[in-house]
Amino acid sequence: MKTKALLTAAAGAAVLATSLWSPEPAAAEGEQFVPGLQYRSGPYAPSGIPFANGFADYLTMLNARDGGINGVRIHYDECDTAYNNDRGVECYERLKDAGPSEPAAWNPLSTGITYALIERVAQDEAPLISMGYGRADASDGRVFPWVFTLPATYWAGADAIIQYIEEQEGTLEGKDIALVYHDSAYGREPIATLERLAEQEGYNLHTFAVAHPGLEQQATWRQIGRQLRPDWTVMWGWGVMNSTAIQTAASVGYPMDRFIGIWWSGSEPDVRPAGSDARGYKSLGFHAPGADFPAIQDIVTHVYDEGEGFGEREAIGEVLYNRGLMNAVFVSEAIRTAQARFGERPLTGEETRWGIENLHITDERWDELGLGGFAREIRITCEDHEGGGSAFVQQWDGESWEIVSDWIQPRNDELRPAYEASAAQYAEQNGIELRDCDAEE
Amino acid sequence: MNTRLIASWLIGAPAAVVGLGLVIQLAALADPSLYFAWGYYFEVFVGGLLQGVMYSLVALGFVLIFKASSTFNFAQGSMVLFAALTMVGFIEWGLHWTIAFALTMGVMVLLAMAIERVVLRPLVNQPHITLFMATIGIFYFLDGFGQTLWGSDVKSLDIGMPRTPVIVLENVFDGGIMINQFDLVAALVGGALVLGLAVFFQKTRIGRALRAVADDHQAALSVGIPLKTIWVVVWTVAGIVALVAGVMWGGKMGVQFTLALIALKALPVLILGGLTSIPGAIVGGLIIGAGEQVAEIFLGHFIGSAIQDWFAYVLAMLVLLVRPQGLFGEKIIERV
Repeated sequence: MKTKALLTAAAGAAVLATSLWSPEPAAAEGEQFVPGLQYRSGPYAPSGIPFANGFADYLTMLNARDGGINGVRIHYDECDTAYNNDRGVECYERLKDAGPSEPAAWNPLSTGITYALIERVAQDEAPLISMGYGRADASDGRVFPWVFTLPATYWAGADAIIQYIEEQEGTLEGKDIALVYHDSAYGREPIATLERLAEQEGYNLHTFAVAHPGLEQQATWRQIGRQLRPDWTVMWGWGVMNSTAIQTAASVGYPMDRFIGIWWSGSEPDVRPAGSDARGYKSLGFHAPGADFPAIQDIVTHVYDEGEGFGEREAIGEVLYNRGLMNAVFVSEAIRTAQARFGERPLTGEETRWGIENLHITDERWDELGLGGFAREIRITCEDHEGGGSAFVQQWDGESWEIVSDWIQPRNDELRPAYEASAAQYAEQNGIELRDCDAEE
Repeated sequence: MNTRLIASWLIGAPAAVVGLGLVIQLAALADPSLYFAWGYYFEVFVGGLLQGVMYSLVALGFVLIFKASSTFNFAQGSMVLFAALTMVGFIEWGLHWTIAFALTMGVMVLLAMAIERVVLRPLVNQPHITLFMATIGIFYFLDGFGQTLWGSDVKSLDIGMPRTPVIVLENVFDGGIMINQFDLVAALVGGALVLGLAVFFQKTRIGRALRAVADDHQAALSVGIPLKTIWVVVWTVAGIVALVAGVMWGGKMGVQFTLALIALKALPVLILGGLTSIPGAIVGGLIIGAGEQVAEIFLGHFIGSAIQDWFAYVLAMLVLLVRPQGLFGEKIIERV
């Protein structure tokens, strides 16, 4: 009995110690807080983990190599949302006052959580970066002053995919294009744009919803592969839906080189389970894959060689790792931009927002960051919170992703009025007064 | 199952399939945008049946444990994931898949022994709901433990099963009927497993003891059948069924966290087939598999896509209205 009591006490002590232990260093005055709404658990963890690692590793590298940003160390702390909207909001509330300074920017990596936080960040005056996801109309900074969609929206992605298909086909008139989408706010986001372009370009759009999490798609692909046989199939998937779609498409003999996904449907975990069947599959991208960049090598040297890496060394340079890194670059460069104006100290949310709204990463700046050729020039303004929108097409060759197109610039002359019209509708419904960007500095 | 029942299924089921096809054909005549061809219809149906065998594989694990302990094993899905993760882990160590499979079977035996010793034995004579709650704990433990051991990455599991589709009956139907070889092999493996389980339960001494425990714990104990051993055996068999299901599902869509969620696909199968019947799990799986595929493609045309998940539950609930114990479940009458 005594032994049992001792064991119970030891187990209790171990649990208590585990719950109190945190991998993060204690917050210190003078540090800039960067919160992370990541997901390392749940059905979407295989996609969430590499992104979270890339994000955290880049910030860790800045601390290790440069002592932070202009001497201001970054305090990073993350909370696991499990890609669940409720938990996302809970994490936001838990983290917003948990750092040594106001949060620099929120990066929820979820369209659903982005929707859930839009009003909260406006109330708390904290910027939110929905990098390549979220509401496309939040690109209108006059209506959504706290939300940023850089470097591209889903509407821009849809436009880029259609441009690519048109380039391959010569004309879209009479062509059949299928859209397989995650049946969620995320998956439904491109439908309006694809429908508008269908009217404009003369192709027939066929939509197929896939229920969360996307494990079962046999019926969908039987219709696509055996009945409809569209000229092209576009996918708006995430997590297990992507790999299941690619494998099921292969099982009905659908040609992979006519199957193209959005940038969230184009990473290694999406194609590897299908093995050689995935060869030829395409997706959009807005940053380069691979680890052959000085900044990424700095992560290896300053973070992984010191045993401080968040993930596996082998995963460095994978698509989602690099995407997390790109998100961290946007946050750190916004802080740097804001510091140039407000001083080299921890910033408020409002000051960081100014930093994002004045963010301009030129090709030369990408070079200086050790990321030359990694991504395209980005310039954010008070009105334009997207800052470019261009993307390229990459193709899986069975081993790695190869970029197979030039940068595709979306037709912003058509997209911009659509953003503004949708944002104006949102503003009207929510009683929001449009910002006068000309009157602001 | 008596001969009359088997005969009624053998005649009734094909008649129902053809009848449903005729209804859809009529709907297609009324709405020309609905595509219908008999070859395509049968292809959808056969694809659904093969898919249904995969559901049955998962449902079998639930039935085995429910039969022996009247407990709904919430952890069956995580056992599928844990088994598949373990096997892939062994393969990643450089072992041949057959050796990895055998080693994983050993791990599942150890797991069954651990569950019996740590979870079940202290709960003997406790209400069924307590055991059920304990299986929820096992679910979360295995879920996290498996990923802690082997990581959360999506892993490929290739044991050399053919993946290319084949076209059959080309001279009967225009375009033939396409069948995925992987699904076909998986269905054959599932069938062999069911046959093996039937022999195990009917012909072996331990199988008979297990049936005795399932019928009446007290009576089984009074004639000297060791309940603890039986529980280990049942959880071992359920673990091996989980391993086979994990290999089939993992081979199909990669081994990852979401594998644990396929238990959700087994629930309507259990509702339909009954919690205590192995044939029920098989027939239930076939009906759910075929029903949801046909619904997704033909009914989905009218009410929108992505309906197959909830349609499976609706189908099962409709059966519950008529037969609360499921198609093959035991009618339990409790005196008060």
